[in-house]
Amino acid sequence: MIQNIIINGLINGSVYALLAIGFSLVFGVARIVNIAHTAFYMLAAYFIYIGFHYFGMSPYVAMPISIMAVGLLAILCYKIFIKPIREHEAAVLIATIALAMVIQESLLIGFGGHYLGVPPLVSGYATIVGVKVTNQHILALVVALLSLLGVRFFLMKTRLGLALRATAQDREVANLMGMNESMVAMLTMGISVMLAALSGAIVVPLFVLDPHMWMHPLTMMLAIVVLGGLGSIKGSFVGAYILAFAEVLVVFLIPMGAYLKGSVALSIMILVLLIRPEGLFGVAFEEER
Amino acid sequence: MGVIGFYFRKAHTLFRKEVLVLPSRIVVFVFMISLLLLPVFTQDPYLLRILILTNIFAILAASWDLLSGFTGQMNFGHALFFGVAAYCTGILNLRLDMPPYVSIPLGAMGAVLAGLVVGIPCLRLRGTYLALTTLSFPIILLGLVFAIPDVTGGELGISGIDRLSSSRLGDFYITSVLMLGLGFIMWKITDSNTGIILHAIREDEVAVRASGINTTRYKLLAFCLSGFFAGIAGGLYAHVMRTAGPSTLEVALSFQIVIWAVFGGMVSIYGPVAGVFILFPLLEFLRFLPKVRMLAFAVIVLVTLLYMPQGLAPWLRDKVEKECPRCKIRNVALRKSCRVCTADLD
Repeated sequence: MIQNIIINGLINGSVYALLAIGFSLVFGVARIVNIAHTAFYMLAAYFIYIGFHYFGMSPYVAMPISIMAVGLLAILCYKIFIKPIREHEAAVLIATIALAMVIQESLLIGFGGHYLGVPPLVSGYATIVGVKVTNQHILALVVALLSLLGVRFFLMKTRLGLALRATAQDREVANLMGMNESMVAMLTMGISVMLAALSGAIVVPLFVLDPHMWMHPLTMMLAIVVLGGLGSIKGSFVGAYILAFAEVLVVFLIPMGAYLKGSVALSIMILVLLIRPEGLFGVAFEEER
Repeated sequence: MGVIGFYFRKAHTLFRKEVLVLPSRIVVFVFMISLLLLPVFTQDPYLLRILILTNIFAILAASWDLLSGFTGQMNFGHALFFGVAAYCTGILNLRLDMPPYVSIPLGAMGAVLAGLVVGIPCLRLRGTYLALTTLSFPIILLGLVFAIPDVTGGELGISGIDRLSSSRLGDFYITSVLMLGLGFIMWKITDSNTGIILHAIREDEVAVRASGINTTRYKLLAFCLSGFFAGIAGGLYAHVMRTAGPSTLEVALSFQIVIWAVFGGMVSIYGPVAGVFILFPLLEFLRFLPKVRMLAFAVIVLVTLLYMPQGLAPWLRDKVEKECPRCKIRNVALRKSCRVCTADLD
């Protein structure tokens, strides 16, 4: 059981971290609370399923294609639905909720409410310290950790990453320094959704697909970003592992735990907010809270 | 006779001078009359049932507007109040055999308590933090509901609650009158001194505090008031549907409330009511296309937001009325001068 807890905690934590970092980025840079974030994650998973089952693509081909496709789709949605109403905060929230519903309902029409699955990329299992772990789980963990490293490299070492961080710190000054704010916002939207799509691609061989699979990651992701401090990348990273392990522990150790996993994560979030309202690594937005 | 005549004339003058001067008020008046007179023309049970639910959700959406629209406390977990009240009402009615007119107010008091419990941690939060925290409360409670099926009935919920009244027509009149009455009370609250303070908190909380007003108290008051009205809606729902299940606490319902209110137009009370009266029956009538109905719903909301981000009711109102630049009183768009201070419009 211990090994189950550790492996599941690490994988869930990495996936949640990818999701939460994307969400945090787009909130920090563009001030958009993108409720549809996990809907795009689900969409990527379905695209891989379509590529694999309908077009006979190998998953290695289907994954990059669907990640790109979802990213482009997100930029398109941003251009059409979100950009014209960006000044109205509430309207943006509703627009993203409606967008998530559109995605969910389209998938429901296309595939029905059935549980679908994609076979694992690699078969077999390895034995680590006397414990059997399937190779697929190891692969997922490695890919997730590598992507997290990649995100850190992108944000810290590239010019675009610098522009993103600068815009997140102060939109107006970044604009005065010659960064095209609306362009940066659009790119951030694309990048963050591609991160979501990437995490969708990672979990696709492990989880079953159904059109409501975006709801649980959404609540977890929101809890994580609030726990870590909205807009803080480090906070999202640490918060993701804390809540993922809390979730897995609850599921494995408490009777009826599967029902309570969301409750426990969210209760931790509220406790942290009561003690430290800015979150674990709360950043600049003192006056916005 | 003379006294009656006096009050009749007074009412008539009031009606002519306050209601008939503005197209939006005429629309509200016609709406009230036609809602109450509808059963004279048709008593189709299906239509009545839709309208009963529409009335209940209209109360709910308006109560959301009181808290989130006027006070600016973005509540994304408004289903909490609804669900708590529905469960309280159901348990009180089933276990203690209380009739609806006792169980609904008591259930609403349960929702007020929930409002206090949510409100106290939320007082320190603002904006997105607040939205996400409030979103989490109904999910926490939903987990508890599933974890203790002995009390709450688990996934099936509590069923076998008494009917609201003996006939569907009775249900319709009870919910309609309550909707109109509570809507009027909420509108009056937002128009009172308290309402102005709530409005000011939304605009600039620091400035309000600097004026010597205890904003904490007013924010808690807003949570409790909103919880009370939402709780009445929840209690009515439990008695009309005769079950109180987990669907009353779902995230989807919280989102639905926000969609209705923002679609209809926030910060107006009548906006959310209009939003529910347009969107909820629309969703029901789209039932002949069962597969695409939610899709069509979401697309309609998206497109509406693109063209009128303020919501439907304020957009329409601004088309037919304009505000006097001097005394801020609304006038018909056709007038050249203000009806009160005779200043030139536009």
